[in-house]
Amino acid sequence: MKLLKLTTFLVAASMATGAVAQQDGGRLDLIVQPEPPGLMLGLVQNGPTQMVAGQIYESLLRYNGDLEPQPSLAKEWSISEDGMTYTFKLQEGVTWHDGEPFSAEDVIFTTKFLQDNHARFRGAFSHVESVEAPDDSTIVITMKEPYGPFINAFEAGSMPIVPKHIYEGTDYATNEMNATPIGTGPYKFVEWEKGSYIHLTKNEDYYLDGLPHIDDLYYRVVPDAASRAVAFETGEVDVLPGGSVENWDVARLTEMDNVCSTSDGWEFFAPHAWMWLNNREGPTSNKLFRQAVMYAMDREFVKDVVWNGYGTVPTGPVSSKTNFYTDDVPQYPHDPEKAKELLDEMGYDGEAVRLLPLPYGETWQRWAEAIKQNLEEVGITVDIDSADVAGWNEKTANWDYDMAFTYLYQYGDPALGVARNYVESQIKKGSPWNNVEGYVNPELDELWEAAAIEPDNEKRQEMYTEIQQQIVEDVPVAWLLEIEFPTIYRCNVKNLITTGIGLNDGLRDAWIED
Amino acid sequence: MTLWKRFITNRGALLGLAILIAVILVALLAPVLYPRGPWAMVQRPFLVPFTTDGLPLGTDTLGRDVLAGLVYGARVSLLVGLVSTVMALLIGVPLGALAGFYGKWVDEGAMRFTEFFQTIPNFALAIVLVAILEPTLTSITIAIAIVSWPPVARLVRAEVMSVTKREYVDAARLAGLSNMHILIRQVLPNTVSPIIVMASLMVATAILLESSLSFLGLGDPNIMSWGFQIGAARTVIRSAWWLSFFPGVAIVLTVLALNLIGEGLNDALNPHLARKGRS
Repeated sequence: MKLLKLTTFLVAASMATGAVAQQDGGRLDLIVQPEPPGLMLGLVQNGPTQMVAGQIYESLLRYNGDLEPQPSLAKEWSISEDGMTYTFKLQEGVTWHDGEPFSAEDVIFTTKFLQDNHARFRGAFSHVESVEAPDDSTIVITMKEPYGPFINAFEAGSMPIVPKHIYEGTDYATNEMNATPIGTGPYKFVEWEKGSYIHLTKNEDYYLDGLPHIDDLYYRVVPDAASRAVAFETGEVDVLPGGSVENWDVARLTEMDNVCSTSDGWEFFAPHAWMWLNNREGPTSNKLFRQAVMYAMDREFVKDVVWNGYGTVPTGPVSSKTNFYTDDVPQYPHDPEKAKELLDEMGYDGEAVRLLPLPYGETWQRWAEAIKQNLEEVGITVDIDSADVAGWNEKTANWDYDMAFTYLYQYGDPALGVARNYVESQIKKGSPWNNVEGYVNPELDELWEAAAIEPDNEKRQEMYTEIQQQIVEDVPVAWLLEIEFPTIYRCNVKNLITTGIGLNDGLRDAWIED
Repeated sequence: MTLWKRFITNRGALLGLAILIAVILVALLAPVLYPRGPWAMVQRPFLVPFTTDGLPLGTDTLGRDVLAGLVYGARVSLLVGLVSTVMALLIGVPLGALAGFYGKWVDEGAMRFTEFFQTIPNFALAIVLVAILEPTLTSITIAIAIVSWPPVARLVRAEVMSVTKREYVDAARLAGLSNMHILIRQVLPNTVSPIIVMASLMVATAILLESSLSFLGLGDPNIMSWGFQIGAARTVIRSAWWLSFFPGVAIVLTVLALNLIGEGLNDALNPHLARKGRS
């Protein structure tokens, strides 16, 4: 036993890039907030599910902080020059957590499995002609047309590879193995004490030698933000993922000894916050009014005060962290006088507009209060609506609002995470994840479509630049902040965040220094 | 004048009255004192009290003046307290009076109805009502009125029952007066003093209820109230104590003042009881 430990230590040491050798062992306690509805990543893709199940399941690729693809279950890959064929070489000696061997058959089965259960996957794979496995360790994907963002579609939450031998021929949703997920990832599921913790343990048979380093992971469920902060202070938990404590607590916690924080690990999602402005009716249907809202808001103030300086004030619909971003667009600095002029020009009569905050805690409530004050100072009458999460979903999905806070992930590419909020085909009552504001611009719709399937990246950039300029001029929504959620952790946890999805798949490389 | 004289001999009551008058004055003068309103972000956030000129109680998480919030909060607290109490009286007094005066099935029906409300915990019912009606100042006032009338009904019923047995009521009946006339002109005026005492205490309870609802985030998000200030300060209580402390003091003082006044009125209106109490 001791010998075995020594050899793993040596292997790990030989792999170390820095001067300090990675150490094996230890236990890491993390917060997961809120408690996930399930852990079968192929069926459920909520944020908390992705954070835990990303250690259990893997996809073909991972992405670093610059959103460049890295090997995961695929050790090599190539894209043909016309952008029509993707070839993946799979890792060898990979087994599922139950000991069954992993092969290309599982990948092919996964594409069928996810077609039925994963809306975002379905969108990306609508451009795919066929998926084939010429041998056990090769996957060839043939496209219907070139689709640039496709290379970003192989992240763990976007395309988790699921085991064929467990799911084939069963009813996926009711398969009892959903409760004890089986993946290929660096950690195995042990137990889930509902309302208390989820326990994962090291996958001893992981195909990368020396990984993972940590023996046990405990994802702790603590329902109240203040209690989560206390749990971190008392040492009960070691990692507070982004968004798990109120922003006002961040400064206090990061000042403690041996506490580090980083805003890395969200590049792939690039959460982008804005207010939907109802383009259909009321004052918000007037472009001048919407522009006035942009000038009236003091977004820097909110960033500094409500978000403690974390984040970036966005210039438009695309996050500066996402590919094909441009800042060559009309700018909206805080300019109350300009806002008043625009309101005069449109002849605003003081009709009250309703403002629906996102019911995610104090931060969002304060944010709404600050915006309300900004708007009232230029003469716009604002009533803050109140709603719980269900009410917010219902009101936004049914367009029963004037202005409503939200934020969405961008998934690295405008075609994956941005287009859905601005194209007419995404106006569908009943869902709060699409073009809820009702922005209609047929010219841009064509451009969005052309840009998504343009193989040449320079031309794509030109098209997206034009789209961004036009949309920022129209202000269909009021962009508020590129959110950065700081991850707070003990400094002796090393290599915690190494990818563009951060904690969601980062525990593979993390280790704990004694 | 004897009532007033008895009232002012009670020092506690006088103190309570002074505090209440001060709160009322502040509430009335709010727009004059702070014309920009309580939501204006006037300075850097988290300014400590007594360190900055013009901001004696410091600023909150968004840089809003805490004192301005207190001043406007006084308006909300008093308004909710008074209006909901009047509404509760308008429900409780007639119901209790009819039940006590007519007895029999009227009494049975009215009391079972009252008990139905009394069996549900006040605060829980208020939360449910506000959640259903959506939190606005009106819905909060209505919810507080709905949970506060049952004790009024029971008190008035008991008073009316005892007064109705007096001889002068029999005399009025013999004189051929109608039931309604007897109830309104002869009976009710003699039950007023306990109602007044109870009402003054109900205002205090209503203020507390409103604060509790706002604290839980069930307040009207467009209205600055003391409970809202404390609720919003909860998450920063360890780094910015003053955000919850001063609104808390305001609530304590106002509620205390109303209780002292209620006590004073009780003594003044029931000199018999009061003297017994002191000896």
